[in-house]
Amino acid sequence: MAKKVAFMQGNEAAAHGALYAGCNFFGGYPITPSTEVSEVLSIELPKVGGKFIQMEDEIGAMAACLGASLTGAKALTSTSGPGLSLKQELIGYGCIAEIPCVVFNVMRGGPSTGMPTGPSQSDVMCAKWGTHGDHATIALMPASVQECYDMVAEAFSLAEKYRMPVHVLPDEIIAHMRERIEFREPGEIEITPRKAPTVPPEQYKPYDTSFGDVPPLANFGSGYRYHVTGLNKMQDGFPTTKAEIVQAEEERQVRKVDACIDDIVTFEEYMLDDAEVVVVAYGSTSRSARYAVNAAREQGINAGMFRIKTFWPFPDKQIKALAAKVKGFIIPEMNLGMCSIELERCAQGKIPVLGIFRVDGEPINPEQIVEKIKEVK
Amino acid sequence: MSRYELRFSGAGGQGLITAGIIMAKAASIYEGKQAVQSQSYGPEARGGASKSEVIISDGPIDYPKVTQCDALLAMTQEAANKYSHDLKEGGVLLIDSDLVTNIPAGNFKTVAFPIINTAKNDVGREIVANIVALGAMVALTGQVSRENAEKAVLSSVPEAFIELNKTAFSMGFEKALAASA
Repeated sequence: MAKKVAFMQGNEAAAHGALYAGCNFFGGYPITPSTEVSEVLSIELPKVGGKFIQMEDEIGAMAACLGASLTGAKALTSTSGPGLSLKQELIGYGCIAEIPCVVFNVMRGGPSTGMPTGPSQSDVMCAKWGTHGDHATIALMPASVQECYDMVAEAFSLAEKYRMPVHVLPDEIIAHMRERIEFREPGEIEITPRKAPTVPPEQYKPYDTSFGDVPPLANFGSGYRYHVTGLNKMQDGFPTTKAEIVQAEEERQVRKVDACIDDIVTFEEYMLDDAEVVVVAYGSTSRSARYAVNAAREQGINAGMFRIKTFWPFPDKQIKALAAKVKGFIIPEMNLGMCSIELERCAQGKIPVLGIFRVDGEPINPEQIVEKIKEVK
Repeated sequence: MSRYELRFSGAGGQGLITAGIIMAKAASIYEGKQAVQSQSYGPEARGGASKSEVIISDGPIDYPKVTQCDALLAMTQEAANKYSHDLKEGGVLLIDSDLVTNIPAGNFKTVAFPIINTAKNDVGREIVANIVALGAMVALTGQVSRENAEKAVLSSVPEAFIELNKTAFSMGFEKALAASA
Protein backbone atom coordinates (compact mmCIF):
# COMPACT_ATOMS: atom_id res chain seq x y z
CA MET A 1 0.00 0.00 0.00
CA ALA A 2 1.19 3.48 -0.79
CA LYS A 3 2.34 5.49 2.19
CA LYS A 4 0.20 8.29 3.50
CA VAL A 5 1.75 11.56 2.40
CA ALA A 6 0.91 15.14 3.20
CA PHE A 7 2.16 18.63 2.52
CA MET A 8 2.55 20.33 5.87
CA GLN A 9 4.53 22.54 8.24
CA GLY A 10 7.33 21.37 10.50
CA ASN A 11 5.17 22.13 13.53
CA GLU A 12 2.29 20.07 12.18
CA ALA A 13 4.65 17.22 11.32
CA ALA A 14 6.04 17.33 14.86
CA ALA A 15 2.54 16.82 16.24
CA HIS A 16 2.03 13.81 13.97
CA GLY A 17 5.44 12.42 14.91
CA ALA A 18 4.39 12.63 18.54
CA LEU A 19 1.18 10.75 17.80
CA TYR A 20 3.20 8.09 15.96
CA ALA A 21 5.31 7.61 19.09
CA GLY A 22 2.20 7.15 21.20
CA CYS A 23 2.08 10.62 22.74
CA ASN A 24 -1.12 10.79 24.76
CA PHE A 25 -0.61 13.96 26.75
CA PHE A 26 0.11 17.53 25.74
CA GLY A 27 0.48 20.28 28.32
CA GLY A 28 1.26 23.59 26.75
CA TYR A 29 0.82 27.28 26.49
CA PRO A 30 0.62 28.67 22.95
CA ILE A 31 3.44 30.85 21.69
CA THR A 32 4.58 31.94 18.24
CA PRO A 33 6.23 30.28 16.34
CA SER A 34 5.26 26.92 17.87
CA THR A 35 1.48 27.27 18.19
CA GLU A 36 0.60 24.90 15.34
CA VAL A 37 1.86 21.96 17.41
CA SER A 38 -0.83 22.67 20.00
CA GLU A 39 -3.43 23.39 17.32
CA VAL A 40 -2.99 19.96 15.74
CA LEU A 41 -2.81 18.07 19.03
CA SER A 42 -5.86 19.84 20.46
CA ILE A 43 -7.79 18.24 17.59
CA GLU A 44 -6.00 14.90 17.30
CA LEU A 45 -5.28 13.87 20.90
CA PRO A 46 -8.94 13.54 21.98
CA LYS A 47 -9.51 11.26 18.97
CA VAL A 48 -7.00 8.73 20.31
CA GLY A 49 -8.08 9.00 23.94
CA GLY A 50 -5.27 11.39 24.82
CA LYS A 51 -5.45 14.54 26.89
CA PHE A 52 -4.75 18.08 25.73
CA ILE A 53 -4.40 20.75 28.38
CA GLN A 54 -3.69 24.41 27.82
CA MET A 55 -2.26 25.50 31.15
CA GLU A 56 -2.14 28.95 32.75
CA ASP A 57 1.45 29.48 31.64
CA GLU A 58 4.56 27.66 30.50
CA ILE A 59 5.66 26.72 34.00
CA GLY A 60 2.33 25.02 34.64
CA ALA A 61 2.52 23.36 31.22
CA MET A 62 5.89 21.79 32.03
CA ALA A 63 4.69 20.71 35.46
CA ALA A 64 1.62 19.10 33.89
CA CYS A 65 3.86 17.12 31.53
CA LEU A 66 6.00 15.81 34.39
CA GLY A 67 2.93 14.80 36.39
CA ALA A 68 1.32 13.12 33.41
CA SER A 69 4.52 11.25 32.60
CA LEU A 70 4.71 9.86 36.13
CA THR A 71 1.36 8.21 35.52
CA GLY A 72 2.79 6.53 32.41
CA ALA A 73 1.67 9.04 29.80
CA LYS A 74 3.94 10.02 26.93
CA ALA A 75 4.00 13.74 27.46
CA LEU A 76 4.91 16.57 25.11
CA THR A 77 5.09 20.30 25.47
CA SER A 78 5.87 22.82 22.76
CA THR A 79 7.13 26.34 23.20
CA SER A 80 9.55 29.02 22.05
CA GLY A 81 12.36 31.02 23.72
CA PRO A 82 10.43 32.98 26.35
CA GLY A 83 8.52 29.81 27.22
CA LEU A 84 11.73 27.80 27.39
CA SER A 85 13.07 30.30 29.92
CA LEU A 86 9.98 29.82 32.09
CA LYS A 87 10.07 26.05 31.84
CA GLN A 88 13.63 25.77 33.13
CA GLU A 89 12.71 25.28 36.77
CA LEU A 90 10.58 22.27 35.89
CA ILE A 91 13.01 20.96 33.27
CA GLY A 92 15.55 20.80 36.09
CA TYR A 93 12.99 18.97 38.20
CA GLY A 94 12.52 16.50 35.35
CA CYS A 95 16.29 16.01 35.21
CA ILE A 96 16.83 15.29 38.89
CA ALA A 97 13.62 13.30 39.41
CA GLU A 98 14.36 11.52 36.09
CA ILE A 99 10.99 11.95 34.40
CA PRO A 100 10.72 11.25 30.65
CA CYS A 101 9.07 13.88 28.45
CA VAL A 102 9.69 15.79 25.24
CA VAL A 103 10.15 19.55 24.90
CA PHE A 104 9.64 20.82 21.35
CA ASN A 105 11.11 24.31 21.33
CA VAL A 106 10.92 26.42 18.18
CA MET A 107 13.78 28.90 18.19
CA ARG A 108 12.95 32.56 17.59
CA GLY A 109 14.97 35.68 18.34
CA GLY A 110 15.81 36.66 21.90
CA PRO A 111 16.60 37.32 24.68
CA SER A 112 13.18 37.95 26.24
CA THR A 113 10.35 38.55 23.78
CA GLY A 114 12.88 39.23 21.02
CA MET A 115 11.49 38.83 17.53
CA PRO A 116 8.51 36.47 17.72
CA THR A 117 8.12 35.77 13.99
CA GLY A 118 11.81 35.71 13.04
CA PRO A 119 14.04 32.63 12.91
CA SER A 120 16.91 32.05 15.29
CA GLN A 121 19.13 29.27 16.62
CA SER A 122 19.94 30.97 19.88
CA ASP A 123 18.40 28.47 22.32
CA VAL A 124 20.99 25.72 21.85
CA MET A 125 22.87 26.75 24.99
CA CYS A 126 19.64 27.43 26.89
CA ALA A 127 18.56 23.86 26.21
CA LYS A 128 21.81 22.62 27.75
CA TRP A 129 22.51 25.12 30.52
CA GLY A 130 19.18 26.89 31.01
CA THR A 131 18.35 24.98 34.12
CA HIS A 132 20.92 25.16 36.90
CA GLY A 133 23.04 22.34 38.18
CA ASP A 134 24.85 19.47 36.51
CA HIS A 135 22.64 17.33 34.34
CA ALA A 136 22.64 15.41 31.09
CA THR A 137 20.92 16.93 28.06
CA ILE A 138 19.74 15.43 24.82
CA ALA A 139 18.77 17.87 22.05
CA LEU A 140 17.90 17.01 18.46
CA MET A 141 18.08 19.44 15.52
CA PRO A 142 15.64 18.78 12.67
CA ALA A 143 16.53 20.26 9.27
CA SER A 144 13.40 19.30 7.34
CA VAL A 145 9.70 18.82 7.88
CA GLN A 146 10.17 15.04 7.73
CA GLU A 147 12.82 15.29 10.43
CA CYS A 148 10.42 17.22 12.67
CA TYR A 149 8.16 14.16 12.49
CA ASP A 150 10.95 11.61 12.83
CA MET A 151 12.95 13.34 15.53
CA VAL A 152 9.97 13.98 17.78
CA ALA A 153 9.14 10.27 17.52
CA GLU A 154 12.76 9.41 18.31
CA ALA A 155 12.85 11.91 21.17
CA PHE A 156 10.07 10.01 22.95
CA SER A 157 12.16 6.85 22.78
CA LEU A 158 15.27 8.63 24.04
CA ALA A 159 13.24 10.16 26.88
CA GLU A 160 12.07 6.72 27.99
CA LYS A 161 15.41 5.02 27.40
CA TYR A 162 17.36 7.52 29.48
CA ARG A 163 14.49 8.62 31.75
CA MET A 164 14.81 12.35 31.21
CA PRO A 165 13.38 15.36 29.38
CA VAL A 166 14.57 15.46 25.76
CA HIS A 167 14.65 18.60 23.61
CA VAL A 168 13.81 18.92 19.92
CA LEU A 169 15.03 22.29 18.67
CA PRO A 170 13.88 23.39 15.22
CA ASP A 171 14.44 26.97 14.18
CA GLU A 172 11.45 28.99 13.01
CA ILE A 173 12.25 28.33 9.34
CA ILE A 174 12.04 24.56 9.76
CA ALA A 175 9.00 24.79 12.03
CA HIS A 176 7.00 26.98 9.66
CA MET A 177 8.08 25.84 6.24
CA ARG A 178 6.09 23.27 4.36
CA GLU A 179 7.29 20.15 2.59
CA ARG A 180 5.90 16.81 1.60
CA ILE A 181 6.19 14.23 4.33
CA GLU A 182 5.57 10.54 4.62
CA PHE A 183 3.73 9.23 7.63
CA ARG A 184 5.80 6.38 9.04
CA GLU A 185 4.52 2.84 9.10
CA PRO A 186 4.43 1.00 12.44
CA GLY A 187 7.90 -0.36 13.16
CA GLU A 188 9.67 2.06 10.85
CA ILE A 189 10.89 4.15 13.77
CA GLU A 190 11.76 2.21 16.89
CA ILE A 191 9.51 3.07 19.80
CA THR A 192 11.17 2.30 23.12
CA PRO A 193 8.71 1.55 25.90
CA ARG A 194 9.26 2.59 29.51
CA LYS A 195 11.33 0.15 31.52
CA ALA A 196 8.81 -1.17 34.03
CA PRO A 197 9.70 -2.50 37.48
CA THR A 198 10.25 -6.26 37.77
CA VAL A 199 9.87 -6.26 41.55
CA PRO A 200 6.64 -6.07 43.57
CA PRO A 201 5.57 -2.67 44.96
CA GLU A 202 6.92 -3.31 48.46
CA GLN A 203 10.44 -3.90 47.09
CA TYR A 204 10.38 -1.10 44.52
CA LYS A 205 12.76 1.84 44.70
CA PRO A 206 12.49 4.51 41.97
CA TYR A 207 16.26 5.03 41.77
CA ASP A 208 17.46 1.49 42.34
CA THR A 209 20.83 1.39 40.58
CA SER A 210 21.11 -2.37 40.91
CA PHE A 211 19.10 -2.28 37.67
CA GLY A 212 21.70 -0.07 35.97
CA ASP A 213 22.23 3.63 35.45
CA VAL A 214 18.63 4.04 34.25
CA PRO A 215 16.43 2.42 36.91
CA PRO A 216 12.92 1.18 36.04
CA LEU A 217 10.15 3.71 36.49
CA ALA A 218 6.82 2.66 37.98
CA ASN A 219 3.69 4.47 36.86
CA PHE A 220 1.62 6.16 39.51
CA GLY A 221 -1.74 4.48 39.73
CA SER A 222 -0.32 1.03 39.04
CA GLY A 223 0.00 0.09 42.71
CA TYR A 224 3.53 1.38 43.20
CA ARG A 225 3.97 4.20 45.71
CA TYR A 226 7.14 6.23 45.98
CA HIS A 227 8.47 9.67 46.76
CA VAL A 228 9.36 12.23 44.10
CA THR A 229 11.33 15.35 44.95
CA GLY A 230 13.60 18.00 43.48
CA LEU A 231 16.04 17.46 46.32
CA ASN A 232 19.01 15.18 45.94
CA LYS A 233 17.69 11.80 46.81
CA MET A 234 18.44 8.25 47.85
CA GLN A 235 17.44 5.14 45.93
CA ASP A 236 14.02 5.13 47.57
CA GLY A 237 13.36 8.67 46.38
CA PHE A 238 13.58 10.36 49.78
CA PRO A 239 15.89 13.36 50.23
CA THR A 240 19.42 13.03 51.46
CA THR A 241 22.43 15.23 52.07
CA LYS A 242 24.83 12.31 52.52
CA ALA A 243 27.90 13.36 50.57
CA GLU A 244 28.76 10.01 49.02
CA ILE A 245 25.18 9.38 47.87
CA VAL A 246 24.73 12.86 46.38
CA GLN A 247 28.08 12.63 44.58
CA ALA A 248 27.31 9.19 43.17
CA GLU A 249 23.77 10.08 42.12
CA GLU A 250 24.82 13.32 40.40
CA GLU A 251 27.55 11.47 38.53
CA ARG A 252 25.17 8.72 37.51
CA GLN A 253 22.65 11.16 36.12
CA VAL A 254 25.28 12.64 33.80
CA ARG A 255 26.94 9.29 33.08
CA LYS A 256 23.74 7.61 31.97
CA VAL A 257 23.93 9.72 28.79
CA ASP A 258 27.69 10.21 28.48
CA ALA A 259 28.36 6.46 28.59
CA CYS A 260 25.94 5.90 25.70
CA ILE A 261 27.03 8.83 23.57
CA ASP A 262 27.79 6.63 20.54
CA ASP A 263 24.26 5.25 20.63
CA ILE A 264 22.71 8.68 20.95
CA VAL A 265 24.69 10.97 18.66
CA THR A 266 23.49 11.18 15.07
CA PHE A 267 24.96 13.28 12.27
CA GLU A 268 25.20 13.51 8.51
CA GLU A 269 28.43 13.66 6.55
CA TYR A 270 28.20 15.37 3.18
CA MET A 271 31.14 15.33 0.75
CA LEU A 272 33.64 14.88 3.56
CA ASP A 273 35.90 12.26 1.95
CA ASP A 274 38.23 14.72 0.28
CA ALA A 275 37.03 17.88 2.03
CA GLU A 276 39.59 20.47 3.04
CA VAL A 277 37.10 22.99 4.38
CA VAL A 278 34.20 21.69 6.44
CA VAL A 279 31.04 23.64 7.08
CA VAL A 280 29.57 22.47 10.37
CA ALA A 281 25.87 23.27 10.39
CA TYR A 282 22.56 22.36 11.94
CA GLY A 283 18.87 23.06 11.38
CA SER A 284 17.84 25.27 8.48
CA THR A 285 21.36 26.66 8.23
CA SER A 286 22.55 23.24 7.08
CA ARG A 287 20.37 23.64 3.99
CA SER A 288 22.21 26.86 3.13
CA ALA A 289 25.44 25.03 3.85
CA ARG A 290 24.62 22.17 1.48
CA TYR A 291 23.84 24.67 -1.28
CA ALA A 292 27.10 26.47 -0.53
CA VAL A 293 29.18 23.27 -0.52
CA ASN A 294 27.79 22.37 -3.94
CA ALA A 295 28.51 25.87 -5.21
CA ALA A 296 32.07 25.77 -3.83
CA ARG A 297 32.67 22.36 -5.42
CA GLU A 298 31.59 23.80 -8.77
CA GLN A 299 34.31 26.41 -8.29
CA GLY A 300 36.88 23.69 -7.63
CA ILE A 301 37.03 24.00 -3.85
CA ASN A 302 36.98 20.79 -1.83
CA ALA A 303 34.31 21.72 0.64
CA GLY A 304 32.10 19.42 2.69
CA MET A 305 29.52 19.58 5.42
CA PHE A 306 29.18 17.94 8.79
CA ARG A 307 25.54 18.25 9.81
CA ILE A 308 24.82 18.08 13.51
CA LYS A 309 21.60 16.16 14.11
CA THR A 310 22.21 15.58 17.82
CA PHE A 311 23.47 18.84 19.30
CA TRP A 312 23.57 17.50 22.88
CA PRO A 313 25.44 15.42 23.70
CA PHE A 314 27.81 17.24 21.36
CA PRO A 315 29.53 15.07 18.70
CA ASP A 316 33.00 15.69 20.18
CA LYS A 317 34.57 12.54 18.78
CA GLN A 318 33.55 13.26 15.17
CA ILE A 319 34.46 16.95 15.32
CA LYS A 320 37.84 16.20 16.88
CA ALA A 321 38.59 13.65 14.16
CA LEU A 322 37.71 16.19 11.48
CA ALA A 323 39.81 18.89 13.15
CA ALA A 324 42.81 16.59 12.85
CA LYS A 325 42.49 16.27 9.08
CA VAL A 326 40.93 19.36 7.51
CA LYS A 327 42.15 22.94 7.05
CA GLY A 328 39.32 24.81 8.68
CA PHE A 329 35.79 24.83 10.01
CA ILE A 330 33.08 27.24 8.92
CA ILE A 331 30.19 27.58 11.32
CA PRO A 332 27.13 29.45 10.08
CA GLU A 333 24.53 29.92 12.79
CA MET A 334 21.61 32.19 13.60
CA ASN A 335 23.12 33.33 16.91
CA LEU A 336 26.34 35.09 17.86
CA GLY A 337 28.51 31.98 18.00
CA MET A 338 27.09 29.35 20.32
CA CYS A 339 28.08 26.22 18.41
CA SER A 340 31.29 28.00 17.56
CA ILE A 341 32.34 27.73 21.21
CA GLU A 342 31.94 23.97 21.07
CA LEU A 343 33.88 23.75 17.80
CA GLU A 344 36.72 25.84 19.22
CA ARG A 345 36.80 23.51 22.22
CA CYS A 346 37.03 20.43 19.98
CA ALA A 347 39.45 22.00 17.48
CA GLN A 348 41.83 22.89 20.34
CA GLY A 349 43.47 25.57 18.24
CA LYS A 350 44.55 23.10 15.55
CA ILE A 351 42.51 24.70 12.76
CA PRO A 352 40.69 28.01 12.34
CA VAL A 353 36.98 28.15 13.19
CA LEU A 354 35.34 30.87 11.12
CA GLY A 355 31.85 31.94 12.10
CA ILE A 356 29.01 33.50 10.17
CA PHE A 357 26.66 34.79 12.81
CA ARG A 358 23.29 36.34 12.04
CA VAL A 359 20.71 37.54 14.53
CA ASP A 360 18.75 39.92 12.29
CA GLY A 361 15.88 37.51 11.67
CA GLU A 362 17.11 36.71 8.17
CA PRO A 363 18.39 33.27 7.13
CA ILE A 364 22.07 32.79 6.39
CA ASN A 365 22.27 32.73 2.63
CA PRO A 366 24.49 30.31 0.75
CA GLU A 367 26.57 33.12 -0.79
CA GLN A 368 27.78 34.20 2.65
CA ILE A 369 29.00 30.67 3.31
CA VAL A 370 30.73 30.35 -0.08
CA GLU A 371 32.62 33.59 0.60
CA LYS A 372 33.74 32.31 3.99
CA ILE A 373 34.84 28.97 2.53
CA LYS A 374 37.14 30.92 0.19
CA GLU A 375 38.76 32.64 3.17
CA VAL A 376 40.06 29.29 4.42
CA LYS A 377 41.22 28.32 0.96
CA MET B 1 19.32 20.49 -11.48
CA SER B 2 16.20 22.45 -12.27
CA ARG B 3 15.51 24.80 -9.43
CA TYR B 4 12.58 27.15 -9.98
CA GLU B 5 11.90 29.94 -7.51
CA LEU B 6 8.61 31.76 -7.00
CA ARG B 7 7.71 34.58 -4.67
CA PHE B 8 4.17 35.68 -3.80
CA SER B 9 4.35 39.13 -2.22
CA GLY B 10 1.97 41.78 -1.05
CA ALA B 11 0.14 42.69 2.14
CA GLY B 12 -0.93 40.53 5.07
CA GLY B 13 -4.52 39.37 4.61
CA GLN B 14 -4.34 39.05 0.81
CA GLY B 15 -4.06 35.27 1.04
CA LEU B 16 -0.61 35.07 -0.50
CA ILE B 17 0.73 32.53 1.93
CA THR B 18 -2.19 30.28 1.01
CA ALA B 19 -1.53 30.81 -2.69
CA GLY B 20 2.10 29.76 -2.19
CA ILE B 21 1.09 26.70 -0.19
CA ILE B 22 -1.28 25.55 -2.91
CA MET B 23 1.33 26.06 -5.64
CA ALA B 24 3.86 24.00 -3.66
CA LYS B 25 1.29 21.34 -2.83
CA ALA B 26 0.40 21.06 -6.53
CA ALA B 27 4.06 20.49 -7.36
CA SER B 28 4.95 18.08 -4.55
CA ILE B 29 1.78 16.07 -4.09
CA TYR B 30 0.18 16.09 -7.54
CA GLU B 31 2.96 16.85 -10.04
CA GLY B 32 5.49 14.44 -8.51
CA LYS B 33 8.18 17.09 -8.14
CA GLN B 34 9.73 18.34 -4.93
CA ALA B 35 8.69 21.63 -3.38
CA VAL B 36 9.30 23.75 -0.31
CA GLN B 37 7.12 26.63 0.79
CA SER B 38 8.22 29.18 3.36
CA GLN B 39 7.04 32.56 4.43
CA SER B 40 7.84 35.68 6.32
CA TYR B 41 5.38 37.98 7.88
CA GLY B 42 5.06 40.57 10.59
CA PRO B 43 3.21 40.23 13.89
CA GLU B 44 0.06 41.79 12.38
CA ALA B 45 -2.74 39.56 11.06
CA ARG B 46 -3.58 42.07 8.34
CA GLY B 47 -1.61 44.81 6.65
CA GLY B 48 2.16 44.90 6.82
CA ALA B 49 4.36 43.15 4.31
CA SER B 50 3.79 39.48 3.62
CA LYS B 51 5.62 37.09 1.37
CA SER B 52 5.43 33.43 0.59
CA GLU B 53 8.23 31.68 -1.25
CA VAL B 54 8.06 28.44 -3.17
CA ILE B 55 10.98 26.45 -4.56
CA ILE B 56 10.16 23.71 -7.05
CA SER B 57 12.70 21.17 -8.29
CA ASP B 58 13.03 17.73 -9.83
CA GLY B 59 15.43 16.75 -7.04
CA PRO B 60 16.02 17.44 -3.35
CA ILE B 61 15.84 21.10 -2.34
CA ASP B 62 18.48 22.44 0.02
CA TYR B 63 18.16 26.19 0.63
CA PRO B 64 14.41 26.77 1.11
CA LYS B 65 14.41 30.48 0.29
CA VAL B 66 14.61 32.47 -2.92
CA THR B 67 18.13 33.17 -4.19
CA GLN B 68 17.26 34.50 -7.66
CA CYS B 69 13.58 34.69 -8.35
CA ASP B 70 12.14 33.13 -11.53
CA ALA B 71 8.61 34.39 -11.01
CA LEU B 72 7.33 37.16 -8.80
CA LEU B 73 3.78 38.09 -7.92
CA ALA B 74 3.48 41.61 -6.47
CA MET B 75 0.10 42.60 -5.08
CA THR B 76 1.23 45.97 -3.70
CA GLN B 77 3.45 48.75 -5.03
CA GLU B 78 5.72 48.26 -2.02
CA ALA B 79 6.21 44.59 -2.85
CA ALA B 80 6.90 45.36 -6.51
CA ASN B 81 9.54 47.94 -5.57
CA LYS B 82 11.14 45.75 -2.96
CA TYR B 83 11.39 42.41 -4.75
CA SER B 84 11.59 43.07 -8.49
CA HIS B 85 15.35 43.68 -8.23
CA ASP B 86 16.15 40.03 -7.59
CA LEU B 87 14.11 38.77 -10.47
CA LYS B 88 16.19 36.69 -12.85
CA GLU B 89 16.89 37.89 -16.35
CA GLY B 90 14.08 36.44 -18.43
CA GLY B 91 11.93 35.93 -15.34
CA VAL B 92 8.32 36.92 -15.05
CA LEU B 93 6.64 39.59 -12.94
CA LEU B 94 2.90 39.48 -12.37
CA ILE B 95 1.28 42.59 -10.93
CA ASP B 96 -2.17 43.79 -10.09
CA SER B 97 -2.49 46.64 -12.58
CA ASP B 98 -4.75 48.67 -10.26
CA LEU B 99 -2.41 48.48 -7.29
CA VAL B 100 1.00 48.60 -8.96
CA THR B 101 0.99 51.68 -11.15
CA ASN B 102 4.67 52.46 -11.07
CA ILE B 103 5.82 49.42 -13.04
CA PRO B 104 9.36 48.28 -12.23
CA ALA B 105 11.69 48.05 -15.21
CA GLY B 106 14.17 45.25 -15.86
CA ASN B 107 15.16 42.35 -18.07
CA PHE B 108 12.08 40.39 -17.23
CA LYS B 109 8.61 40.01 -18.62
CA THR B 110 5.86 41.95 -16.89
CA VAL B 111 2.28 40.73 -17.00
CA ALA B 112 -0.42 42.99 -15.60
CA PHE B 113 -4.13 42.70 -15.10
CA PRO B 114 -6.54 43.85 -12.38
CA ILE B 115 -6.33 40.78 -10.12
CA ILE B 116 -8.41 42.00 -7.19
CA ASN B 117 -11.02 43.54 -9.48
CA THR B 118 -11.28 40.30 -11.44
CA ALA B 119 -12.09 38.51 -8.21
CA LYS B 120 -14.54 41.19 -7.11
CA ASN B 121 -16.38 41.82 -10.38
CA ASP B 122 -15.89 38.77 -12.61
CA VAL B 123 -15.83 36.00 -10.01
CA GLY B 124 -18.02 37.86 -7.55
CA ARG B 125 -15.98 37.69 -4.35
CA GLU B 126 -12.87 39.74 -3.58
CA ILE B 127 -11.73 37.10 -1.09
CA VAL B 128 -10.66 34.74 -3.91
CA ALA B 129 -8.20 37.26 -5.40
CA ASN B 130 -5.37 35.02 -4.20
CA ILE B 131 -6.74 32.10 -6.22
CA VAL B 132 -7.10 34.35 -9.29
CA ALA B 133 -3.45 35.26 -8.77
CA LEU B 134 -2.52 31.61 -8.30
CA GLY B 135 -4.26 30.63 -11.56
CA ALA B 136 -2.28 33.34 -13.29
CA MET B 137 1.02 32.22 -11.77
CA VAL B 138 0.35 28.62 -12.82
CA ALA B 139 -0.28 29.78 -16.39
CA LEU B 140 2.80 32.00 -16.49
CA THR B 141 5.32 29.66 -14.89
CA GLY B 142 4.38 26.28 -16.38
CA GLN B 143 5.84 24.46 -13.37
CA VAL B 144 2.70 22.45 -12.71
CA SER B 145 -0.06 21.44 -15.06
CA ARG B 146 -3.37 23.26 -14.98
CA GLU B 147 -5.10 20.03 -13.89
CA ASN B 148 -2.74 19.33 -11.01
CA ALA B 149 -2.93 22.90 -9.80
CA GLU B 150 -6.69 22.77 -9.87
CA LYS B 151 -6.63 19.54 -7.86
CA ALA B 152 -4.45 21.24 -5.27
CA VAL B 153 -6.83 24.21 -5.10
CA LEU B 154 -9.87 22.01 -4.66
CA SER B 155 -8.25 19.91 -1.95
CA SER B 156 -7.33 23.06 -0.03
CA VAL B 157 -10.63 24.94 0.17
CA PRO B 158 -13.88 24.24 2.06
CA GLU B 159 -16.40 22.21 0.10
CA ALA B 160 -18.96 24.99 -0.01
CA PHE B 161 -16.51 27.19 -1.91
CA ILE B 162 -15.26 24.74 -4.50
CA GLU B 163 -17.12 26.27 -7.45
CA LEU B 164 -16.14 29.78 -6.45
CA ASN B 165 -12.46 28.82 -6.27
CA LYS B 166 -12.64 26.81 -9.48
CA THR B 167 -13.99 29.86 -11.29
CA ALA B 168 -11.39 32.13 -9.69
CA PHE B 169 -8.58 29.79 -10.69
CA SER B 170 -9.76 29.50 -14.32
CA MET B 171 -10.33 33.21 -14.60
CA GLY B 172 -6.81 33.95 -13.39
CA PHE B 173 -5.32 31.32 -15.68
CA GLU B 174 -7.11 32.65 -18.78
CA LYS B 175 -6.55 36.32 -18.03
CA ALA B 176 -2.84 35.81 -17.51
CA LEU B 177 -2.54 33.99 -20.84
CA ALA B 178 -4.45 36.78 -22.57
CA ALA B 179 -2.40 39.49 -20.84
CA SER B 180 0.93 37.86 -21.69
CA ALA B 181 0.10 37.13 -25.33
